[in-house]
Amino acid sequence: MATTINVSVNGKKYQDEVEGRLLLVHYLRDKLRLTGTHVGCDTSSCGACTILVDGKAVKSCTMLAAQADGATIKTIEGMAEKGKLHPLQEGFKEKHGLQCGFCTPGMIMTAANLLEDNPHPSDEEIRHALEGNFCRCTGYHNIVEAIKYAADKSKGGDIEHADAKELEKPLFEVPS
Amino acid sequence: MTYIGKSVKRVEDQRFLTGKGNYTDDIVLPGMTYAYIVRSPYAHAKINGVDTSEAAALEGVVAIFTGEDVKEIGGVPCGWQVNFKNGDTMKEPPHPLMVRDKARHVGDAVAMIIAESKEIARDAADLVDVDYEELPAVVNAAEAVKDGAPLVHDDVPKNMCYDWELGNPKEEVDAAIESAHHVTTLEFVNQRVAPNPIEPRAAIGHFEAARDHYTLYTTSQNPHLTRLLLSAFTLGLPEHKVRVVAPDVGGGFGSKIFHYTEEALVIWASQQIERPVKWTSDRSEAFMTDAQGRDHVTKAEMGFDEEGNIVGLRINTFANLGAYLSTFSTCVPTWLHGTLLQGVYTTPKIHIDLTAVFTNTVAVDAYRGAGRPEATYLLERLIDTGALEMGMDPADLRFKNFIPPFDGVEQEGYMTQVALQYDSGNYEGVLKRALEMVGYENFRKEQEEGRKNGKLMGIGFSTYIEACGIAPSAVVGSLGARAGLYESAQVRVQPTGKVSVYTGSHSHGQGHETTFAQVVADKLGIPLEDVEIVHGDSEAVAFGMGTYGSRSLAVGGSAIVKSIDKVLEKGAKIAAHKLEAAVDDLEFAEGKWTVKGTDKSIGFADISLTAYVPHDYPENLEPGMDFSSFYDPANFTYPFGAHVAMVEVDKDTGKVTLKRFVAVDDVGNVINPMIVEGQIHGGLAQGIGQALFEETIYDENGQLINGSYMDYTMPRADDLPSFEVDRQVTPCPHNPLGVKGAGEAGTIGSTPAVVNAVMDALKPFGIKNLAMPLTPERVWRYMQE
Repeated sequence: MATTINVSVNGKKYQDEVEGRLLLVHYLRDKLRLTGTHVGCDTSSCGACTILVDGKAVKSCTMLAAQADGATIKTIEGMAEKGKLHPLQEGFKEKHGLQCGFCTPGMIMTAANLLEDNPHPSDEEIRHALEGNFCRCTGYHNIVEAIKYAADKSKGGDIEHADAKELEKPLFEVPS
Repeated sequence: MTYIGKSVKRVEDQRFLTGKGNYTDDIVLPGMTYAYIVRSPYAHAKINGVDTSEAAALEGVVAIFTGEDVKEIGGVPCGWQVNFKNGDTMKEPPHPLMVRDKARHVGDAVAMIIAESKEIARDAADLVDVDYEELPAVVNAAEAVKDGAPLVHDDVPKNMCYDWELGNPKEEVDAAIESAHHVTTLEFVNQRVAPNPIEPRAAIGHFEAARDHYTLYTTSQNPHLTRLLLSAFTLGLPEHKVRVVAPDVGGGFGSKIFHYTEEALVIWASQQIERPVKWTSDRSEAFMTDAQGRDHVTKAEMGFDEEGNIVGLRINTFANLGAYLSTFSTCVPTWLHGTLLQGVYTTPKIHIDLTAVFTNTVAVDAYRGAGRPEATYLLERLIDTGALEMGMDPADLRFKNFIPPFDGVEQEGYMTQVALQYDSGNYEGVLKRALEMVGYENFRKEQEEGRKNGKLMGIGFSTYIEACGIAPSAVVGSLGARAGLYESAQVRVQPTGKVSVYTGSHSHGQGHETTFAQVVADKLGIPLEDVEIVHGDSEAVAFGMGTYGSRSLAVGGSAIVKSIDKVLEKGAKIAAHKLEAAVDDLEFAEGKWTVKGTDKSIGFADISLTAYVPHDYPENLEPGMDFSSFYDPANFTYPFGAHVAMVEVDKDTGKVTLKRFVAVDDVGNVINPMIVEGQIHGGLAQGIGQALFEETIYDENGQLINGSYMDYTMPRADDLPSFEVDRQVTPCPHNPLGVKGAGEAGTIGSTPAVVNAVMDALKPFGIKNLAMPLTPERVWRYMQE
């Protein structure tokens, strides 16, 4: 059964008909072609599909697209602004926090939520926050360093999320 | 040197950090269809029939194929032939794209649904009715050879693929062990683990009838080999009409080296329906179909004299190959395992007896380290256990037995008892440095104090050696390889002096686009931004042997250097002409040729332009500046290192906490320290994972009972400490960069260090042997016994 959803993704409004069983991650990847959000498992264990839904890190395989109706979503594609990398993206580059890059978007979105809640986390707090995200390449060492870099850089202040109220503005349909 | 040796930030990061990576499953082609594969739920079952009629009637189903449809196709080949001890060829049963007679492991392909969407394909799969007749299964390698064990392949007696031996004559080794002052014996399982790159495998087949052309996009570490195998063996395609692209690949760790059946299926199916076909594995499917690693059942004996000198090593191993031969599975327990049993020690007599068997499990093949972790595990466990039994210090026992330092230039390479000649090494150097970093004496004091207070602290060592960049081709050919193991590189200087480099190795996280560019930029004296590294597309790169065995820089990098040398040689001829000097009077530095002792010079970009606009040009010299090279190494490279784990065991719960991990690795010269350290970190995590967490558990029916990320335990961020890593540099004497390879070192060294540390922590309990993984439950039970 199809339902109509209105969502804001990376500041853009979308209105779409979605099948009831369509997972949010597949809506993002297949319908909006935002393929930076990845699928690494089928048990909500790997965190590669983590995005921000109304500012909170959510594994987008645990949510139906239909449940996202009215939500403000940010994916990895929305992190850099005006060609400038987000402090977390910069941190991952500076500290070699990524190798194959597959888990990276999910790691960054999880870390964004962490720094929003806790701008100056300890190593232990960072490792705890990353518990839901697998990385098989880095051994996590440099991911921890990358997040510390971002925490220092952003001083906890400039991790921004789109305003949920923007949703009330007129909608347009994305060409499929 | 401007770039070599510096931690240059990675060129490739930008696209990954902004969500613009291009992985196989991200690719959508016009008119694309989606495949879902119906797989056997039984490890061993006769197939009496497959009824696809109901599934075919579902709206949106495009086609359904079964084993019957692909019965004329031979199946995927094995790339390495190992012979029985008596000289007979190994047993090589076919590995069909889909089965029609019987299923031999859970996940064996039975039917392929192709539909307009992946959801429809999956719905249709539920409507396929397969009539299975379940048969008894065998899963354990040592059990599989026993009389009466179920036969995986009806025509392979005792499930034996081959038996094999290596080393000194058996009777000499028996005599050395029997006359030893002390013999340490361990019987253990090096458990099977799943490589588990976070990106699941995927493949898109695209046959274009109009131009009679095939394109395969695939999650491969090795696109050219896949192309060759598809063409010469699996499907018999005309190779010049086949393009294989391995775009961004989300980790491999060995499991994406191999040519898989699905790659052939999507291409074949695309030809049948004349539309692109995409297959993407889900994680459960990956556990059923990706080649797994390790799985040895071993008895290991090490003999020592009164002083603790090793006098002999005797190994008996059963290696599980799974139900079918994967591309390189046969060489892993033999030529990548038996050949490393010298370790870093002067052991005078060594013998290994190995039996490789089929079981009703998914195939086993190279997983990060491939054979070397298994060799290192048994050696390093034996040394620490020997030290414990003889009341010696495990570090001292190692110093006593190390091969003395040799550089491979002034001193000859070290000839082992097991067929290899090590290139260069300083094994005591890395252990000395590691002990300094650990603060060994202090640790022992703390440990002693801790024990008085009931605190179980332990320290474990591992001094490993490995063999990377497997080669030369003639040697591996004589050992059974059905491929050459060289690498190719094309360096194309563009008219404006920008440089495109086409390498046959493949990056799926290793950072080739940066490291290789550093080498090229330095050698040519041009900015890093002026170099682009191209890999992973057979249409762009002429040929390649891919990335595995830590070979990319040692073999692929050397091929690039060869091509650069040709560029510089030709450039010098053009420069000599332009500067009206003799070639011998020129020197090349910082991107320009200068007439020695003068200020007359000409830059790289000017020469590049002249090569393509040859108006004022040397006679008899071809225009253009574009060179290809193939580099076939003279030998393997031999990285080594010392790893030290420090653990604390909770005596109430058995939980092992890794408190510190110190790794001193010697991977030869280092081009990018940041990337090398990253490789070590990642390797450590996987090796530690095997020691403490990871194991694929098959029940007696051949069901993998932990085949998901929910059930298979991989290290998470809060399971690991930050690592303390350092380096020693002993250059490789036989390749132009002096590099050895860093991809697998961490995994090879770390596993036994952790297990030895737990054994040390449990010393008050008198435990001498431990089984991996050291889960809290298992450790708790050891303490209760």
